[in-house]
Amino acid sequence: MSSIPNARERGDSPGSHRIATLTRIRSVLQAHGKLGTDAMQLSENDDLYAAGMTSLASVNVMLALESEFGIEFPDQMLNRSMFISVAAIEAALRKAASA
Amino acid sequence: MGLIDTIRGKVVEVASRHADDVDRQARFPIETITALREAKALSAAVPRELGGLGCGMRELAGMCAALAGACGSSAMVLAMHHIQVACLARHGMSSPELREYLKDLVAHQYLLGSMTSEVGTQGDTRSSVCAVERTAGRFTLNKDATTASYCAYADAILVTCRREPQAAASDQVLVLVRREDCTLKQTTTWDTMGMRGTCSPGFRLESSGPEQHVLPGSFADSSAQTMVPYSHILWASLWWGIAADAVNKAGQFVRGEARKTPGTIPPGAARLAEASAQLQALRHNWLALAAEFDELAQGAEGLQTLHSMGWALKMNNLKVNASEGAPQVVHKALQIIGVLGFKNDSKFSVARQYRDTLSASLMISNDRIVGKSASMLLVFKDE
Repeated sequence: MSSIPNARERGDSPGSHRIATLTRIRSVLQAHGKLGTDAMQLSENDDLYAAGMTSLASVNVMLALESEFGIEFPDQMLNRSMFISVAAIEAALRKAASA
Repeated sequence: MGLIDTIRGKVVEVASRHADDVDRQARFPIETITALREAKALSAAVPRELGGLGCGMRELAGMCAALAGACGSSAMVLAMHHIQVACLARHGMSSPELREYLKDLVAHQYLLGSMTSEVGTQGDTRSSVCAVERTAGRFTLNKDATTASYCAYADAILVTCRREPQAAASDQVLVLVRREDCTLKQTTTWDTMGMRGTCSPGFRLESSGPEQHVLPGSFADSSAQTMVPYSHILWASLWWGIAADAVNKAGQFVRGEARKTPGTIPPGAARLAEASAQLQALRHNWLALAAEFDELAQGAEGLQTLHSMGWALKMNNLKVNASEGAPQVVHKALQIIGVLGFKNDSKFSVARQYRDTLSASLMISNDRIVGKSASMLLVFKDE
C-alpha cells in the first residue's frame, strides 16, 4: 500500500500536497545526501550529484526514502538518473508507489 | 594475421624475454611497448572511422590475457592504456579536437597513462581535491597523485579532477594532458612487491593546455559506462592470464613427474585438476561479462543499464572474485611444484606470478569495493 495519499483523499489542493512531498524529499536529502549545500534551498531540478551527493550517499537517500514513504524501489529503478534531482525523486516515488 | 595472433606470437616472445629483468629492476617494459607499437596494438580500441581497429571488450581482454602469461606488468600497462583510449573513444567523440588526437594516436601509437589517485582522497577515485580552471581557451590543472600509472613513459595522461574550483568533490571531469603540456615531478618511489614494471610512483603534475582537452560530459558517466567496466574486465582477464601461466608451469612439472613413474599418478595431479577447475571459473566470469558489455555498449538502453545498480554489483563481484581467485590459483600451483616453484632461478619459478597477482586485491581496495556492494545490497533485491 502506498503511504503517499493522493490529494483527493487528503482533501488538500493538489499544489499543497505536492509541496509537502517535495519538503519531505528535501528533508531526506538534508539528513542523508551529504550535500555541500542546504537541501531545503535546492531547486527541483538542481543536479544532486553536482551538489556533492556521492553514490554511497545516494544509497542512504534511497533507503531513507523507502522508509519515509513506505515504498520499495524495484531494482530497475535503482540507477543514477532516477535520483538525480528532487523532481526526479518525486517522479520515482510516484512510479514506485504505483508499481 | 590478426592483431591477437601477433600479440600471442611476437609480442609475447619479446615480453617473456624481458619479464624477469623488468621485474628484478622494477623498470618499464619498454621492449614490450615497442613491440605493441609495431603491431599497432595501441590503437586497437580506437574506432575504425578514426583509423583504429574498433576492438570490443572481448578482443581487448583476449590481448591482455595473452600478454599477462608472459609479463604481468606489460599486460597491466596495455590494459591501463586501453582503458584510457576507451574513455576518449567513448566520451570524446563529440569534440573535433579529441577526434583529431585519436587520429594522431593511431598514427604515432601514443601510450596513454592514468592519474586518478590523489593525496587527500583516501583512494576514492570518485572524488577529487584538485580542480581544472579554464581561462581564455586554456585549461590549467595541477594535481598531487599518490600512484600514477607509468606517467613518466606516457605520451599523454588522462587526469581526473573537479569540474571547476567551486565544484563538489564528486563533480569530476577527465582531462587529456599531453606530455608537452605538463611537467611531472616524481614525489614517491615504486619499489613494490609485484607489478614492478608498471612504474607507478606518486607524481606532482602541473599542466596547461587547450581547453578542448577537457572531456565533454562528466566523469560520473565516463566512469560508470567506461572506466569501471573496462578496468574490472580487463584486469580480471590479465590476472587470469598470470594465474594460467602459473598453472601451465605446474602442469609441465606434473607431466615431468608422471613420465618418471609411468603407471602412477603423481601426487600433484589432483591439485592440478582443482587448479584447472578454478582457472576455468575465473576465465568464464570475465569472458561472460566482456560479452555482456559488448552487447550493452551497442545501444542507448544498454548505456542506461551500465548506470544501474545491478551492473555495478556485477562489476564489483567480478573484481573481488578475480583478484582473490588469481593469487589462490598461483598458490596452488606453487604447492604442486614445490621447492622448484619457490626458487627464483628455476624454470618452474612462480615467484613473479605470485607477487604480481597479490596486487590485484589492492588496486582499488577490495575492502572499499565490498563496502560499496554491501551498501547497495541494502536496497538492491536482485529480482
